[in-house]
Amino acid sequence: MTVTIRLQRETIDAASVAATMIRGDDGIGAVVTFTGICRSDENGQPIAALTLEHYPGMVEAEIARHVEEACQRWPILNVTIIHRYGRIMPGEVIVLVATASSHREAAFAAASFLMDYLKTRAPFWKQVESAEGTAWVDAKATDDAAAERWSASRPRQRAK
Amino acid sequence: MRVLYFAWVRERVGKAEESIEPPAGVVTVGDLMSWLAARDEQSAYAFENANVIRAAIDHRHVRPDAPIKGASEIAFFPPMTGG
Repeated sequence: MTVTIRLQRETIDAASVAATMIRGDDGIGAVVTFTGICRSDENGQPIAALTLEHYPGMVEAEIARHVEEACQRWPILNVTIIHRYGRIMPGEVIVLVATASSHREAAFAAASFLMDYLKTRAPFWKQVESAEGTAWVDAKATDDAAAERWSASRPRQRAK
Repeated sequence: MRVLYFAWVRERVGKAEESIEPPAGVVTVGDLMSWLAARDEQSAYAFENANVIRAAIDHRHVRPDAPIKGASEIAFFPPMTGG
């Protein structure tokens, strides 16, 4: 079981992260990589850039707690989460969630679970820059609902 | 204890962090928000809709009824928008 959680200003190379994960473990049969990209609009309004503020220390702790839960739910071999902070331009990567397992089901499910929790529980806040100035992005009810659906099916205990 | 503010809560309070010593009657996170809000106009504005503000004690999410006793770091922030 390998877990990598990283916060960085720099851009993220998803392909090289996935390649590194595969090289590390020949039991891996599936890698799912989710890449979140900065759109050029927010609620239909064009934006110039996005700035991500985060809570250093808590971000890592909160993500680690959710990775731990994901590993209790699914037989995961490797999890890599890289989230950027600072100013991000449209078209650039914001976040990478990569999960590896022997088979695809666990990798897909764990990546989806982790992404839903990242959106609603990891202490990050987005601010958009547009022609009208800067504005904080409001949390979306759809994101809360997406995270909520996982708590309907609390962990089945998995034999270690 | 150390108090941290993030995003628009930080902007409204006018600082990112401060050190405070609330009186004994301030028992819960909700009490602390009311106590902070009563200090000045900026804090009152920051905490005017206390029900939308989230809190964490020592890097863990907590509800407004959580006790603050023993906390070394308390953070207040808007609902999160990462990912």
